[in-house]
Amino acid sequence: MTDFARPYLSAFSARFLLVLQYRAAAFAGFVTQAWFGGVKSMVYAAFYASGAGAAPITLSQTITYTWLAQALLALLPWAPDPDIVASVRTGGVAYDRLRPIDAYALWYVRALGWMLARAIPRALMMAAFAAVFLPLIGLSDWAWKGPANAVQGALCLISTALALLLSASMVMLTNILVAATLNGRGLQILTMPLVTLFSGNLVPLALFPDWARTAMLIQPFAGVFDIPCRIYFGGLTGVMAWTGMGLQLVWSIVLIWLGHLWLERVMRKLEVQGG
Amino acid sequence: MPQILVQDLAKTYRVAERDPGVLGALRGLMRPRWRTVDALQGVSFSLERGELLGFIGPNGAGKSTTIKILSGILRPDGGRVEVDGLVPWRDRVRHVGRIGVVFGQRTQLWWDLPVADGFDLLRDIYRVDPIRYRKTRDELVAMLRLEKLLDQPVRQLSLGQRMRAEIAAAMLHEPAILFLDEPTIGLDAPSKLAVREFVKRLNRETGVTVLLTTHDMHDIEALAERVIVIGHGRVLADSPFEALRANVLAERRLFVDFAGDAPDLALPGVTVRSREGRSLELAFDPRAIGAPALIAAITAGHAVEDIHVEQPAIEEVIARFYDLHGAAEA
Repeated sequence: MTDFARPYLSAFSARFLLVLQYRAAAFAGFVTQAWFGGVKSMVYAAFYASGAGAAPITLSQTITYTWLAQALLALLPWAPDPDIVASVRTGGVAYDRLRPIDAYALWYVRALGWMLARAIPRALMMAAFAAVFLPLIGLSDWAWKGPANAVQGALCLISTALALLLSASMVMLTNILVAATLNGRGLQILTMPLVTLFSGNLVPLALFPDWARTAMLIQPFAGVFDIPCRIYFGGLTGVMAWTGMGLQLVWSIVLIWLGHLWLERVMRKLEVQGG
Repeated sequence: MPQILVQDLAKTYRVAERDPGVLGALRGLMRPRWRTVDALQGVSFSLERGELLGFIGPNGAGKSTTIKILSGILRPDGGRVEVDGLVPWRDRVRHVGRIGVVFGQRTQLWWDLPVADGFDLLRDIYRVDPIRYRKTRDELVAMLRLEKLLDQPVRQLSLGQRMRAEIAAAMLHEPAILFLDEPTIGLDAPSKLAVREFVKRLNRETGVTVLLTTHDMHDIEALAERVIVIGHGRVLADSPFEALRANVLAERRLFVDFAGDAPDLALPGVTVRSREGRSLELAFDPRAIGAPALIAAITAGHAVEDIHVEQPAIEEVIARFYDLHGAAEA
């Protein structure tokens, strides 16, 4: 068993440790996201002040939601794995066909390591800034507040881990699209609006009109951000929380299965560029 | 039973064609036009364990396609391949665990990882026993002189250093066969010499079967006892290199500097290739007249300052060979 998992554990940790070293990039990402978090919070405050009395969630919750969204930005499936894009362009992808292991699993764990190593430092810095530093300087109104209760907090952590698994399966689909078309450009124009809207990153999915609400909760992108958030705020508790996490798991399995089939087909047809 | 058996291998690619310009691009969108390219049309050969085989041929001749099929990346359209009893594309996972591959133009080590970490990653990917791995790795590091490079990220290595690291990377799991696709491409002269020496030593000391493709004729001359020339997807020749040279271009060259102006020579079986002041370049067929006899004939009648014999350059042999078979790239 351990010998079976060895290639994948090793590839995951190599990538994770490598990306973790890019401290300047992590800090720059944090500064940008903190800045936009502040701007978004102020826009919401102005909106609430202008008399949004019937809003379904309070301003304080909206602000916390915004900080969460900013903190976990790197967990969303924005773009294909840059390493895969580069190796498709240079033809190095041929080597992945020459390993005695599953190419999908190899790419998947690499994507996992990449996303996790980007997300952890950014999330920690954001928490230190918005949840600790802002209250200390007397800006509690603008701060990131704790979860509904300890149980919801713990469930939210599990749900965030599931969000990572799901998100990586989506990144894999973009990776495979790049491998199939040999071109990674322009893909983000497609993924950005999709992810921004359907993950709940822009507006909580609970705020969508009634007719769209169920569909919004069931579609796969809800699992990469909205579901962990609802658990955090206590919108999904008990059985409903577990159902939400079940949904994340089911979507992960479906997308991994699809991606696996697709990559196998693409790899078989792959005509390595040049030479 | 040979280790590698290839029979009637055929592979056809479909290539999209479009007329130049915007209109051409639009027409290509509406109705894509395809042209088929026969990359391989009936390639056959076999290879015994421990052999070192060189593959040469002009660009587009089918060398790389053959390597890609033998390594399991590509599936042929026809023919039969067996490597140690396995069909590469059907038993891919088992097959690739037993071979090592280096593509001269690509890298298999992670760009940002130090060389040693890249090696460790490959150890885990091939699930090599750690104790065995340490021994193999230390031997390779010593043989390829990689001690000082182990801590450096791959992106900081020079091309020559990287190629040495790549060859070591391909050998960490002790493959039975090593495929080298243009391993000396772009290297400077000392690096080329080093790579040739390492490949030879690996072949001799570990007994690994080596199949390499190259454009560099000196690679072939220095390395391969046996050469397969490929052109237009067919095997044009399969023989020891010396036999190829003898058959295709047996002639020798004689360079003579005379004390006075170069005389008009009329000797049977000898042609004058160039004349410049006091120097002559002669071509002769050693089967018709031996070099000692020819030199004796010249020095008997003329005062000679300097004289030497050369074999035609290997490039010339190959170019002549391609010409004979109409194999040069269209």
